[in-house]
This record gives sequence, C-alpha cells and structure tokens, in this order.
Amino acid sequence: MNPIIEIDNVSFSYSHIPVVRDINLVIHEGEFLGVIGPNAGGKSTLLKLILGLLRPDAGKITVLGKSPDKGRSRIGYVPQYPAFSRDFPINVRDVVLLGRLGETRWYGGYTQEDRDIAMNALKAVEIDSIWNQSIDSLSGGQLQRMLIARALASKPDILILDEPTANIDVRAEEDIFALLKQYNDHMTIIVVSHDIGFISGYVNRVACLNQTLLCHTTSEISGKTIEELYGAPVRMIQHIH
Amino acid sequence: MTEFLSALANYTFLQHALLACILSSIGCGIIGTYVVVKRIGFLAGGIAHTVLAGMGIAYFMEGSPLLGAVIAALFAAVFISFIKLRWKQQEDILVAAFWSVGMAIGILFISRTPGYSVDLMSFLFGNILLVSKSDLILMMMLDIITVGIVFLFYKQFMAAVFDEEFARLRGIRIEIYYTLLMCMVALTVVLLIQIVGLILVIALLIFPAACAAQFFHSIFKMMLAATAICLLATMSGLAIAYQPDLPAGATIIVTAGVFYAVAIASSRLLKQLQKKSVAN
Repeated sequence: MNPIIEIDNVSFSYSHIPVVRDINLVIHEGEFLGVIGPNAGGKSTLLKLILGLLRPDAGKITVLGKSPDKGRSRIGYVPQYPAFSRDFPINVRDVVLLGRLGETRWYGGYTQEDRDIAMNALKAVEIDSIWNQSIDSLSGGQLQRMLIARALASKPDILILDEPTANIDVRAEEDIFALLKQYNDHMTIIVVSHDIGFISGYVNRVACLNQTLLCHTTSEISGKTIEELYGAPVRMIQHIH
Repeated sequence: MTEFLSALANYTFLQHALLACILSSIGCGIIGTYVVVKRIGFLAGGIAHTVLAGMGIAYFMEGSPLLGAVIAALFAAVFISFIKLRWKQQEDILVAAFWSVGMAIGILFISRTPGYSVDLMSFLFGNILLVSKSDLILMMMLDIITVGIVFLFYKQFMAAVFDEEFARLRGIRIEIYYTLLMCMVALTVVLLIQIVGLILVIALLIFPAACAAQFFHSIFKMMLAATAICLLATMSGLAIAYQPDLPAGATIIVTAGVFYAVAIASSRLLKQLQKKSVAN
C-alpha cells in the first residue's frame, strides 16, 4: 500500500495554546481511518492541517507527495458545520456543482458533463429527487448528504469527513457509513468522530487523538485506551447493526 | 405622465436621463445581488463616500470628475478588500475611517476650487438631468466590463460569496476574486452616482436586489429581477419627479424604498397564504 498522506512530527498551537503535539501518522491508499478523541482534542485541527487551511508550527505534512495546498485538490472535504448561511439563494444541485471547481473549465458556466456528475453524486447519496430545492428547506440529514455529494463531485482520491453524523439521527447515520464503506473500494477515507463504539464497525484503523496521538490500532480499542484518551472510564455503548 | 412622455420625445436631456437609467440598472442588478447576498452593504458605502475625494481632486485639477471618481473608487475597493481579508478585527473602524476621511478630503478640495459650489450638491445627490453623451459612453463601458467579468468568472464568484473555505480548497484564489468583486462594486457605485449621487447610492444598490431576494432563490434570477426592478424604480422616479420639478435622485430613492416595503409585505403575505392553504 502506498502512503497517501504523511504527517511527520507535526505540532500546532493557536496563540501559544498547543492543540496538537508531535503527531506522526502515515495514511495509506485505500484505508478507512477513524480519528477519535475528546472535544478540543485537536481532531478538526488535524484535518485543517492536512487540508492546508492551517500551517503547522513544526513538522511537515505531505498529501500525495505534495504540500497540502497543492495536493488538496484531490481531497473531498465534508465540514462538520457548513461555512455558508442557510438562507443563501442557491439550490442543492448548484451547491454540489461547486465541487466541480478546479476540475472543469475556468470560464463561463458549468458544462453538461459537470451537471451529469453532480446529478450522479446526488443519486449516490439518494437525494437526487430534491436537486432543485433551495437549501433553506433541507433537513439536517439532507444537508449532510448534500455536503457529501459536493465532496464526491470533484471525484477525489481522498475523502475527509469531520463528524459527518453529528447532527442527524441514528438511522441516517448507519446509511451514511454504509455508503462510505462502499466508496472505500476506490477511495481513501478519513472520518473524525467522537462516537468510538459506532465507527469501529466500519473503519479498518483508528487514530486516537488528545493533543498527541495515543494510539493507532487496527484491533479493538481497549477500555484502558479510552480511559487514557478521555481521562475517565467511559461506558462503551454497543451499537447493533 | 403624458407631459413627461411628450417631453421625452422632444428633449435630449431626458432621453439621456432615460438611457442613464437603463445603463445603470444593468450594473445595479448584477452587482447589487452580490452585495446583498454577501452582506457587504457597509463596505460598498465606504467605497461610495471615498469617491468624493476623487471627484473633488479631479474637479480642483480641472480634470473629469467622473474619471476621478473611477480612480478613487477602485483605490478604495482594493484597500477595503485588503482590510476585509487581512485586518478583519478592525473592519468596521477602518471602513468608517475611509468613509469619512474620503468625504472630508473631497469637501476640502471642492472648497478650494474657484467657481460655483452648486456642483457639490450634484455630486452628493446626483443630477440625472445633466448626464452628457460622454458620461453615457463611459457608463456603457463600465457595464460591458461588469457583465463580461461576471460572465467569465460566474462560478468563481459564486464559490467566493457562498462558501469561502470550500472555494479555497477547490483552488479558487479568494483574495483575487474578492478584490475583483469589490472593484466591480466600485465601478457600479460610480455608475449609480450619476443617477442619485453618492449619499443615496447605497439604497439604489441594495433595494432592487433585496426586493428580488424576497421572491427568487437563485443568484441568476435575482440578478435579472433586480435589474428589472432597478429600471422600474429609476424610470418611474424620474417620471414622478418631472412635472412637480422634484429632485430626481431623491424621488428615485423614495420610489425604490416603497418598492422594497411592498416586496417585504407581499412576500410575508404570500408565505402566510401558503401556510393557510397547507393547513387546509
């Protein structure tokens, strides 16, 4: 397996408060990596470092052998909270089409091919029937699916999702993870979650992050690791699939 | 009304005024839409008031005030986008500084210019009846530039006003497109100053697009509707002002304000009716 993202001794702090320290992690092609850890443990910060939205204070990150701002065009990113306002006058398909930027021609409108790709991405997340609804009418689950479709529309090699199921119900959560599992055939996937028990059924490796990387294991996460991670014993909730 | 129409057939200054309405509505509809959805009305206000500095200096040096306005507006646009991108914390203070210092510089230069100071009033409140042929040609050029740039970079502007973070990840250079957008706001402000003057320009930039936003949920439709509404507001304002000899700029703004009030009220009413019909 080829390394696709290499994180080499990376530290980052927001105005002198360290957020992540000495992170070493190599993510290989075709992996489905779960990143878990407590709130403020640096999970979202690590993603932003990989995406080149933040620059490490120390250490180095490469994405597909390049610097993050060059390599990130091959990454599809699904943010935890949408960075746009819900009353913006735009419909679902036009949001998904934004994923085509950088892949399509630089001038004028979108091509028919772009529109086909956007509709296929909407079909994949099963919301193609509402393609022309404006985004202020969407439910939490529909919004999340739209964001995934937008990430898929750029035909990425790597898909990065930040708490993709934080604002939706359990049933939709299972659907989305089943979908991701399917995409894992030809994509490397990194998903951040606080729900340890749930994602362990889908991912093939887990990275536990609380400022430093405490473990990255393929085996079941033990109670001891969780205690180390959260600073207190946590009752694991068994999800039944 | 009939008097306005017969005057329109006879007097070139009214024909020019009408052409000015049409030309400025195009820029107003397109750029006003971006200003409304991106909520940068205050920044556009800062640009508009800085324009007086350029006009005053040009007037003092016996150059073309309109050209001075274009230069000052572009200068303000570049600086204000820099403020927005780099010094976001002090954005409101810095924009307010531009706003007032720009105006003050303009007033100082105008006061030192020998001659009749009535021109100050037409800078501040516009004088659509004095639009010359060369003004019209410049306005047309500004329209062509605006439409051309928006056509070329429609996707990039959409990404930049909708979701900056995602646009950046897709390789869009936000700084460039944001500055370009602010420059087009600047050019549109200069277009509209011809009609209503720089104090009232923000209202004309915002009202038509804000009306359109009540009824349309797509940027493209908003642009078309805002252009039509702007055209209707400026032309009917001009017609209303003509016979009683009211100041045209102020009449146009009041007309646009009434349109906006009607748009809000009718969109509320429409929503309530829809709710009722769903409930039944």
